[in-house]
Amino acid sequence: MKPLTHLQKLEAEAIFILREVAATCEKPVLLYSIGKDSAVLLHLAMKAFAPGKLPFPLLHVDTGWKFREMIEFRDATAKRLGLDLLVHINPEGLAQGIGPQSHGSAVHTDVMKTQGLKQALDKFGFDAAFGGARRDEEKSRAKERVFSLRTPDHRWDPKAQRPEPWALFNTRKAKGESFRVFPLSNWTEADVWDYIAQENIPVVPLYFAKPRPVVVRNGALILRDDERFTLLPGETIETRMVRFRTLGCYPLTGAVESEAATLPGILAEMRASRVSERQGRIIDADGASSMEKKKQEGYF
Amino acid sequence: MRTAALQRQPETGFGPAVAPVPAPASKSLLRFITCGSVDDGKSTLLGRLLWETHSVFEDQAEALANDSRRFGTTGDTPDLALLVDGLAAEREQGITIDVAYRYFGTANRAFIAADTPGHEQYTRNMATGASTADCAVILIDARKGLLAQTRRHSCIVSMIGVRDVIIAINKMDLVGYDEATFRRIEADYRALIPGLGFTTVHFVPLSAREGDNVAKASAMMPWYSGPSLLTLLETIETSTGEDAKFRLPIQWVNRPNAEFRGFSGTIASGEICPGDSIVALPSGRTSRIARILTPSGDAQSAGAGAAVTLTLADEIDISRGDVLVASGQATRRVTARLLALSETAVVPGKPYLIKLGTAVTGARLIALHHAIDVHDYTERPAAELAMNALGLATLHIETPIYATRYADCRTLGSLLLIDPLTNEAVALGTVEHTAADAGDKKTVQARAGATAFGRIALAAGLIVPGASRDEVMHRISWRIASALLFAGLALAVTGSVTIALGAGFADLVLRPALRVLHDRLWQLGLATRHRPVPPALGIDGGGI
Repeated sequence: MKPLTHLQKLEAEAIFILREVAATCEKPVLLYSIGKDSAVLLHLAMKAFAPGKLPFPLLHVDTGWKFREMIEFRDATAKRLGLDLLVHINPEGLAQGIGPQSHGSAVHTDVMKTQGLKQALDKFGFDAAFGGARRDEEKSRAKERVFSLRTPDHRWDPKAQRPEPWALFNTRKAKGESFRVFPLSNWTEADVWDYIAQENIPVVPLYFAKPRPVVVRNGALILRDDERFTLLPGETIETRMVRFRTLGCYPLTGAVESEAATLPGILAEMRASRVSERQGRIIDADGASSMEKKKQEGYF
Repeated sequence: MRTAALQRQPETGFGPAVAPVPAPASKSLLRFITCGSVDDGKSTLLGRLLWETHSVFEDQAEALANDSRRFGTTGDTPDLALLVDGLAAEREQGITIDVAYRYFGTANRAFIAADTPGHEQYTRNMATGASTADCAVILIDARKGLLAQTRRHSCIVSMIGVRDVIIAINKMDLVGYDEATFRRIEADYRALIPGLGFTTVHFVPLSAREGDNVAKASAMMPWYSGPSLLTLLETIETSTGEDAKFRLPIQWVNRPNAEFRGFSGTIASGEICPGDSIVALPSGRTSRIARILTPSGDAQSAGAGAAVTLTLADEIDISRGDVLVASGQATRRVTARLLALSETAVVPGKPYLIKLGTAVTGARLIALHHAIDVHDYTERPAAELAMNALGLATLHIETPIYATRYADCRTLGSLLLIDPLTNEAVALGTVEHTAADAGDKKTVQARAGATAFGRIALAAGLIVPGASRDEVMHRISWRIASALLFAGLALAVTGSVTIALGAGFADLVLRPALRVLHDRLWQLGLATRHRPVPPALGIDGGGI
């Protein structure tokens, strides 16, 4: 028997985690954020339970500010695979017209993402939520467990994390507590792309370079996805060959200039890259412990 | 942002040149831990490895520059430890609290490094990091030599079954790159090795801060001709010494429709092909493999580490927590090394839950044989195991489960003890032996073709799976004594030897048969009354 390769080991580990949750939690859900990590997570989940259907629904916490191509891709994916897709958008936030431009990235992220997520989890009574986060993304994530226990208020206590020896996940929890579960914990950005290429997994076309209308703001290249994005005096829209390394709310996600219009192009570019993918994320930048704080408050 | 130490080797800094990366299909994976005492420089060493393998991105280097100015301990030089100390409390206190996992790679290998804490109060986190490691890098500060923590960590690394160890003697720059210091520490450590069961032990003199012998040979230590740490990590071949028997703990029963009934799990050891016969434990029912579904579709074979779904030739009852094996038997008693994880001590007699493989059931310590002094590795009597203490204990398990010696199969030889009231894991453990090992030939073998007598005897309660030989003999002699008494009474009442012998024989044979029938009827009755409870919930608590 040939020893498993690096990617086969990561694949088997993720499938093990997915099955462990389905077998021991009452009402799991897969947090589907439409990006490449979610695409890989969904693909692994389909494999874990094949030939059966997914034993849990997908949940997308929308903010109203996602790229239009993301929403189209989400709906097409759900239809193609026959998935049970739930979409939640914070109704109060929507009524108040919360947006990244009018209220700033911190308020927008807190109300539409963190609060929206908590509302959705409470509304449906989910006790375990899969996320596509990886430990190589950010320093505080490097310390998070595969099974991250959250209080009934969804808070994370980094100092009271459970020991996680071998693959003996302690899936017991008190009433009201829940888990965030990260099957891709040990994957890197390179692993994700290698796996997408190996398995031919469809991803949102925004990951591939093409001429797009962008505005340069605070050094970031922002794609003007709709009319709500107002230009400041002196700003102009120019067409540049760009792609995205991560996807989120379009006014908060910077594009990178790139010629990589195909998967091999992306793989080559990524191996040569000297900038981490989260650089395009405007919400990580406020303070060294920004992500850790958001996570404590209940952000994914 | 490149200063002093980093400028010394400009070719390893951020340049356009990137190490060529082969097709990922051929790449192997090595998981290792770095451990050592406080301030031995573990985080710095890992930061250095990330730096030297071009795994630090420009924006992270910028953040590092900012953090170094705020929290750094290295003056104007970037503090590489800050690359890995992720929590705010860690950066402020300059210590590592929790296991941090780091990812980097070279042309041939991908690495997952667990940076584990040195402080004694976080020993459990160190054990966690070691549990998935193929290899351990134990740091020793050249100025301090062997410390209590060095012995402790070596002991835990050994208990967790890591067999390949690299002793990194760090901070050589602070002892003037002195060979005598290195040799003395090497000799001291070699004196410790017997009893730890390591297969290979390498010694590397290095300076994580200056980069000597981390990624390339040091000009400062011409007396050392061995490989650098990175070269060692790239080339080391590790082995766990596990056996090759087929074992599959069942995680999930996949039943999408009436035609398909699959059993999903990750193969713990060995290999399987369609047509192979298997035994499901603890039930002992047998069947043959019909199909093997892997993540890449139907396969003609699958081996250890593969996440599979199997279908069987016969409809037999299997649920989560069961184990499919080529041969073997379930047990209700294991003797295991334990490491206490929680503030609450582990005490004999207290009801716990044991998680072993995918099985969860009740368990208690029936004997705490001794605690192990991790400083001189001696055994001494103990009434309980306080946090971070190591000991050897025998566990009684409520319902029979399949377990192996940890040395034979890590997945089915490792366990977690959980307090059912707080849901806290109180101990992790590695199985030294099971009652099934001890009574291998003497108790009923739940293997393919177990005898009808065996099954009746089992059902009649004469033989309990996993019971020791003494327990079985005890039950049988009691059965005979009861029959003799019954025959004696019959003789006294009737005066007929024939009737007495007949009555005695009937009692000996028919009573167990009646018990089987009686139990069956009760089971049927219970099944009708409690039908809504799925078996998985009964075993696992359903995650409640």
